[in-house]
Amino acid sequence: MFTIFRKEIADHFNSTRFLILFCLVIGVALLTTYTVSMNLRSEISGGAKIEYLFLMLFTTSGQFFSLIQFIAFFGPLIGIIMGFDAINRERSAGTLSKLLSQPVYRDAIINAKFLAGIATISIMFVSLVLLLSGLGMVAIGVVPSGQEAARLAVYMLISIAYVGFWLGMAILFSIILRSIGTAALASVALWIFVSFFVGFGSGLIADVIAPTDQNNPELMLKNARIAGAISRVSPVNLYSDATSTIMDPYRKTTKSFVLVGPMEKISMSRFNSALSLWQSILVVAPYLTTLVALTAVCFAVSYLVFMRQEVRSI
Amino acid sequence: MAAVIETHELTKIYGRQKAVDHLTFEVRQGEIFGFLGPNGAGKTTTILMLLGLSEPTSGNSRVLGFDPVREPLKVKERVGFMPENVGFYDDMTARSNLQYVARLNSLPDSQSKKRIDDALEKVKLANEANKPVGAYSRGMRQRLGIAEVLIKNPKLIILDEPTMGLDPEGINSVLELIKSLSVEEGISVLLCSHLLHQTQKVCDRVGILNRGRLVAKGTIEELAREGIQAELASANGRGTPADRRGLISLEDIYMRYFKEE
Ligand SMILES: Nc1ncnc2c1ncn2[C@@H]1O[C@H](COP(=O)(O)OP(=O)(O)OP(=O)(O)O)[C@@H](O)[C@H]1O
Ligand SMILES: [Mg+2]
Repeated sequence: MFTIFRKEIADHFNSTRFLILFCLVIGVALLTTYTVSMNLRSEISGGAKIEYLFLMLFTTSGQFFSLIQFIAFFGPLIGIIMGFDAINRERSAGTLSKLLSQPVYRDAIINAKFLAGIATISIMFVSLVLLLSGLGMVAIGVVPSGQEAARLAVYMLISIAYVGFWLGMAILFSIILRSIGTAALASVALWIFVSFFVGFGSGLIADVIAPTDQNNPELMLKNARIAGAISRVSPVNLYSDATSTIMDPYRKTTKSFVLVGPMEKISMSRFNSALSLWQSILVVAPYLTTLVALTAVCFAVSYLVFMRQEVRSI
Repeated sequence: MAAVIETHELTKIYGRQKAVDHLTFEVRQGEIFGFLGPNGAGKTTTILMLLGLSEPTSGNSRVLGFDPVREPLKVKERVGFMPENVGFYDDMTARSNLQYVARLNSLPDSQSKKRIDDALEKVKLANEANKPVGAYSRGMRQRLGIAEVLIKNPKLIILDEPTMGLDPEGINSVLELIKSLSVEEGISVLLCSHLLHQTQKVCDRVGILNRGRLVAKGTIEELAREGIQAELASANGRGTPADRRGLISLEDIYMRYFKEE
């Protein structure tokens, strides 16, 4: 299994599309961090020392979006691009039957492919976060505290689980759908659906179940709660809720991701006390569990389908 | 002589179709056994069962003394298999393709280096070893497939349509290669094909499969003799005298079996 794992990793790092994607992500991330750190620097200059300034590097929006929003949006694409042709390319190239006729267990192939994907994602995230932290430290001149570093680590963990989910999804499609093009389209379609339409859809469904009434705050609250629950079906919302909680100690709940400018945030912090690291982790733990569970389900289904599939290539 | 492959009443049913129907045959040590039959006869299905890649509906088989259903890994360790459409990682060189296979067979790189060189030498690809396989011609790919099979140092190789898509010259060179492996290294070969008159030259014995059933088995001479008898009995002297004198080709035998169906 280690042999396959090693080859898959090498394949990922050698493939042009992965390199392009990686450069793209790094480029956008660097740009965002740069603008954010410039903004932060001008806003905090002369001010008092602010807690969790370092994390604001990731949560404050630059020109258009904050870094974690970017990853929430773009992460799925990374997973999809790494997984959508994992099995069906080997099938159509005829290498799958060759692989299966070697003395390796059948599940080793799919395990190795999945693990190699996860490892690649992890390497990518760790290097990304380290790079950005380095840049941030230089730009705003703040060294992250231990707690901030721990929060970043949790953030990375959630991100890896998140992209891992999409990887599992894409691999599943690559097993079920024999055509590479169809598998790619199907995964992208699912991504778009989950990213954009679940949000609208949850509002609609909530309106149907619990119609709102301007004069009845209780109904409105119920409506919002239902919409929130439904939107959490989507891993994208799960992820952005979870990451914004862990990265922003002043958020007490995971509800609605409202953009706040840095100054507002600072003024908010005057009146609120921050959640401790442990409390934040407790808040996001269910989210992380759900993400991991979703990934596990994807993987388990892929595993079962793959183990039962006919070998011959059609 | 000991048998390297033995099957007993091997059957595979897909839905309502019997792809392989109570197949009983054996391949002996050191021989080239031609497994012949038209498209859809069930050759590939049989092979997949012999390698434990597909489970038989009923019946059993032994490959090098192992049951492929129970110990597929033991079989796969020892048997070299070249599938119908040999595939390679096109962006990797021939050498690294072979090296990957060697690693999958748990051969340390120090050992595999020499084996890869030997195998490439045997199939006359040593000069092209560092080209990406994507740049290979059909014939070269087919020969590389045979090299890959040799990496394991197998006692038995199973080749599914090794001559597919080759021109007559390519077919000949591949068949000669197979013959030499059998003669010089004592490797037993199960050779699947629907091309009869080419393959009959290298096969020691053949089995003819049609619609999942083995309709004839034996050396070419035996089949030819049987064919003549039947021909004489049924045709009442039709056909050319040359046929009756034993120059009957396997093709004629083959045609005879399939016309009856
Ligand atoms: N997965 C499957 N489901 C249903 N029927 C199948 C399946 N696989 C094979 N068959 C049927 O089994 C029969 C035998 O197929 P097989 O591939 O073994 O033939 P073959 O002798 O290898 O033919 P060819 O010379 O074309 O390679 C065919 O009629 C085919 O339609
Ligand atoms: Mg076949």
